[in-house]
Amino acid sequence: MALAQIKDVSGTGIHLPGDDIDTDRIIPARYLKCVTFDDLAGTHFYDVRFDPDGNPTGHPLDEPRFAGASIMLSGSNFGCGSSREHAPQAIYRSGFRAIIAESFAEIFFGNSTTLGMPCVSASREDIESLAAAIEEDPGTGIRIDLESMTVSYGDRNFAITMPDSARQALTAGRWDPIQELLDNEKEITSVGDGLAYV
Amino acid sequence: MGKTLYQKVWDAHSVGTLEDGRTQLFIGTHLIHEVTSPQAFGMIRDLGLKVKYPHRTFATVDHIVPTIDQDAPADPLAAEMMEALRKNADDFGVTYFDLASGKQGIVHVVGPEQGITQPGTTIACGDSHTATHGAFGAIAFGIGTTQVRDVLATQTMAMEKLKVRRIEVNGSLRPGVYAKDVTLHIIRMLGAKGGIGYAYEYAGTTFENFSMEERMTVCNMAIEGGARCGYVNPDNKTFEFLRGRPHAPGEEDWNDAVARWESFASDPDAEYDDVVIINAADIEPTVTWGISPDQGIGIGESIPDPANATSEAERSSFQEALDYMQLPGGTPIKGVKIDVAFIGSCTNGRLSDFREAARYLQGHKVAPGVKAIAVPGSQITATQCEQEGLDKIFEEAGFEWRAAGCSMCLAMNPDKLVGDQLCASSSNRNFKGRQGSAVGRTVLMSPVMVCAAAVSGEITDAREVFQVDPGTAAA
Ligand code: SF4
Repeated sequence: MALAQIKDVSGTGIHLPGDDIDTDRIIPARYLKCVTFDDLAGTHFYDVRFDPDGNPTGHPLDEPRFAGASIMLSGSNFGCGSSREHAPQAIYRSGFRAIIAESFAEIFFGNSTTLGMPCVSASREDIESLAAAIEEDPGTGIRIDLESMTVSYGDRNFAITMPDSARQALTAGRWDPIQELLDNEKEITSVGDGLAYV
Repeated sequence: MGKTLYQKVWDAHSVGTLEDGRTQLFIGTHLIHEVTSPQAFGMIRDLGLKVKYPHRTFATVDHIVPTIDQDAPADPLAAEMMEALRKNADDFGVTYFDLASGKQGIVHVVGPEQGITQPGTTIACGDSHTATHGAFGAIAFGIGTTQVRDVLATQTMAMEKLKVRRIEVNGSLRPGVYAKDVTLHIIRMLGAKGGIGYAYEYAGTTFENFSMEERMTVCNMAIEGGARCGYVNPDNKTFEFLRGRPHAPGEEDWNDAVARWESFASDPDAEYDDVVIINAADIEPTVTWGISPDQGIGIGESIPDPANATSEAERSSFQEALDYMQLPGGTPIKGVKIDVAFIGSCTNGRLSDFREAARYLQGHKVAPGVKAIAVPGSQITATQCEQEGLDKIFEEAGFEWRAAGCSMCLAMNPDKLVGDQLCASSSNRNFKGRQGSAVGRTVLMSPVMVCAAAVSGEITDAREVFQVDPGTAAA
């Protein structure tokens, strides 16, 4: 399986402010009733985008000026809560290719990396400056560079961080580890054989 | 320098280092349920792979099972997911505790109940509350569905090593204070993101004195504190709990197993990345007031006032929580009216939870207008409760006694809040919309506090309702 090397992501952005945005908010539990992830596009943030009667609330995600945004900006501990991979799947399948936030919950981060959707961390000030630029001009082009670990837009840029293992996995095209895991068949069996309970 | 349990289990299960620097970790026990596994089975079918160790994979249904007529979901999607699990278990030769087995239940209740959860092992499940199993001295991770695929196909997954924070709680809890309060207190103290990058080792005399069920309640909510896993070092209580359970080692292997389990406990001179020490007597019955599990207060305290926030970020998060909860800042939490009372979930849906709740509920009636439901964590728990007559106590008090499952903890079955109902809940998450209504409100607390709220019709101090002497602080 040859995977794309993800060295950078470019696109326009959208800011969803707030800390501790949890997976129930990203995708309400009723959308977990599916035996594949294929139909999750558009379920992202459903209950904040629509009121209980199904009327749009005028959420930024539905504002025409942000249509086509592929980079999401948010606060700290993004994706906390459940392990549901439906959350990053719904975001990815709704057109997003990267998330910039102050910090991420670990399971969400891992799930996103495995999908090839980089989650990079930046300071609150840098995220807010970028958000202000997007607010002023939603067409602002943003480029996340995973080799220099910077985000650039207009004539500005700022530093981002990400655990090196995830960065390596993305840039080298090894973000889905299955083949490498399978290749170590002999070592797996030997560890398993050495464990009394297995 | 000694080693922590985390380090020892990690070393014993390490297959090697992957090119990106992560460890390929052997997962000794894989638990699966109907919501996060069908997509993974689809992936391994697409790749033409098999389940590598079917005998180390165990399945049950919990999230979408109705609690009335368990095996007849009215929702065709629920029926499809239950059927998918059945087919996957059959096709790949995986042990399945289905509804007919009498052993079905919430996956984190079933694992320990069957003796599958054992010290010194690695456990993974496509469910964040897998941390629960750490109560037995296992390293147990919640994982995403692609990782479920990895574990099915290879019995391993790629994992970054965590730091270890020892959280020591010492002394006796005051009467009316429970393991749930300990875990809510820790999360309040360290924050919902305080544990990012850490495994939590829970220790100290309070944990030594806790039953296995109490240890499970605390480990269960490690994830709400941001930690990927939590554990308690195994001891005689752990071993005695496991003895005689269907999947535990038999008598002929027992001594060897215990010796092996003991060897995994953290060494006395183990080094930790961080240590936090808490005095048990300082812990109050704790309830949440907001939309994140770290937004908690003692029952005697007032809801925070955004005007007193220490930063703009804190002020706006307080305000967002208060707006959603429709609560006024600066006023006591006691007296807030409730609409629903829920006792159950993998945090507090075990026999001891129902016993303790029933002990106080007996002779009381649920307040008019409050809908109260009690949902055992497993079919076996239900049977045990029924044998002790606990179901009758709940029913006489005005609770509905239901069949086993996750139920109103996440409301993927018909048990949901309606509109902006406010629920006193023994579960683990108070996120916006968590209990099935986009504007429904959740207040987390211990089962006994849920009973007090149910009979009073409002959030209240169970020690007053049930006349428990709060006692003096013990050292
Ligand atoms: S009871 Fe709630 S938290 Fe526990 S496994 Fe079920 S849905 Fe998840």
